[in-house]
Amino acid sequence: MSDFWILLTGSLVAACCGIVGVFLVLRKIAMIGDAISHSVMPGIVIAFLISGTRDSLVMMFAALLFGLLTTFLIGLFQRSGIQSDASIGVVFTALFAIGVILVSLFARQVHLDQDAILYGEIAFVHWNLWEVGGVSMGPKAVWLLGVTLIVIAAVIGLFYKQFKLCAFDPALAAAIGIPVALFHYMLMGLVSMATVSSFESVGAILVVGMLIIPASTAYLLTDRLGMMISLSIAVGVASTFAGYGASIILDASIAGCIVCAAGLLFVAAFLLSPSHGLISRRLRQRKLAAETTANGARAV
Amino acid sequence: MSISNAIPGASAAATQGASPLAINGLSVAYQKKPVLRGVTFEVNEGELIGVIGPNGAGKSTMIKAALGLIPAIGGEVLVYGKSLKSQRRLIGYVPQRESVDWDFPTNALDVVLMGTYGRLGWYRRPGAKEKAFALDCLSKVGMADFADRQISQLSGGQQQRVFLARALVQDAKLYFMDEPFAGVDAATEKAIITLLQELKRQGKTVIVVHHDLATVKQYFDSVLLLNVELQAFGPTETTFTQEQLQHTYGGRLSFLDPGSLAVSGAGGGGGRP
Repeated sequence: MSDFWILLTGSLVAACCGIVGVFLVLRKIAMIGDAISHSVMPGIVIAFLISGTRDSLVMMFAALLFGLLTTFLIGLFQRSGIQSDASIGVVFTALFAIGVILVSLFARQVHLDQDAILYGEIAFVHWNLWEVGGVSMGPKAVWLLGVTLIVIAAVIGLFYKQFKLCAFDPALAAAIGIPVALFHYMLMGLVSMATVSSFESVGAILVVGMLIIPASTAYLLTDRLGMMISLSIAVGVASTFAGYGASIILDASIAGCIVCAAGLLFVAAFLLSPSHGLISRRLRQRKLAAETTANGARAV
Repeated sequence: MSISNAIPGASAAATQGASPLAINGLSVAYQKKPVLRGVTFEVNEGELIGVIGPNGAGKSTMIKAALGLIPAIGGEVLVYGKSLKSQRRLIGYVPQRESVDWDFPTNALDVVLMGTYGRLGWYRRPGAKEKAFALDCLSKVGMADFADRQISQLSGGQQQRVFLARALVQDAKLYFMDEPFAGVDAATEKAIITLLQELKRQGKTVIVVHHDLATVKQYFDSVLLLNVELQAFGPTETTFTQEQLQHTYGGRLSFLDPGSLAVSGAGGGGGRP
């Protein structure tokens, strides 16, 4: 049974991160996903301290707040003339450091250890069950991720055209009256939710891999946005299954193996993709060069 | 065929009599440095207007500020006598081609359909009617055969024509085009001119940021000479003179002899680097 719950949890992480990751990659703000995944940590610790539990809605809300705060601060510094990558670096490391201090100060009260925060503990998801009147409803992580996935799918589904236009041509979006800033913060809110729900399972560092790697792999495999989202989820789910299998054989970290599998799938797409892959591009260039030479010879 | 007839009601809200675009005292500054100072003018309906000026004169900035895309530090913009916000549906916009990422996973038809998003409101998605109209507009710019083509596989000129088709789909009354002629091939240039003439015939007003001085007299009814401040604005014949150009471009126009201003002279000035 534990296999089932681990695979389901991993797949839900892949779906949540895969959808929002596509928009991060297309808007070339992948590193903002990295920043958010780290800087929600103080929010989570503060929520632990207030609510005393590690899976409450309070936690989600606090993480959302810190995610938006991160986005806002990065934007504020950028507009004031600080370089974009520098402002991302400043904001997320400073907030993450506050989180580290809080964990070390209050570790005993919140039953948190830094390893779990950084690397996750997907192997234990089926021990932390949600019980209603003594009846087990399954792991809490699965419920949290399930709700997050529904919210993400609903918001992106409802405002698909706005998210798409804001990613492709924000100037036109603004010109026709789409509130570009609102949709930016909405996306960042979704990223924060995906991050904090995935956090317990794969940890603060590896969740970035689930946000960026499957989306980047999908980018290499298709020319349509809808298909890119589907493929991003599929790559994430495939990585979960392959990674979990590998972790059993190697007796190694599950989350580590999952993200590693995603990395391998990316490399495979990078080399072998029929449209964007390195090999097919080389072959096309060689063919083109041969044709040009042949035509040149004929012309002479 | 009239574009306005394709989707009824889109242009009905225009106020009779008022100028399509009246700008009063528009100023923009980046980090304290003014890039546009106190620009005031009012355009006539149904004209093609060229916005001319040296690099850094604030031509694109003026368009973006007029559209509310960048904050102005002062000034007022009226579209058909009303504030910009209530009149967005009457405005079509063609940004600079380099302003978007052409590797975005989408095809030509899809980009054109984005022009319908404004009137679809918050929740509706483009349907069969919008798709048919978008295809119609693609064929108007000679791109019907490329509807399914991934946009990165189009040439620069073809990409520009996709942008123009998208503006047509917006079915606006007042168009802003930011350097549509920059770096396009001869076929595209011809397609754009035909399109501008067609829009003019339908009584639409088009404001075009333009770089090629040699073609100004051919293409535009009025010119607006800009160099941070408005230098001159009026009918091309009386405004686009050697004297005014020297004034606008300062010493930078020295390579341009009066002869090349006549009609379609060679090259022109102020080309992109």
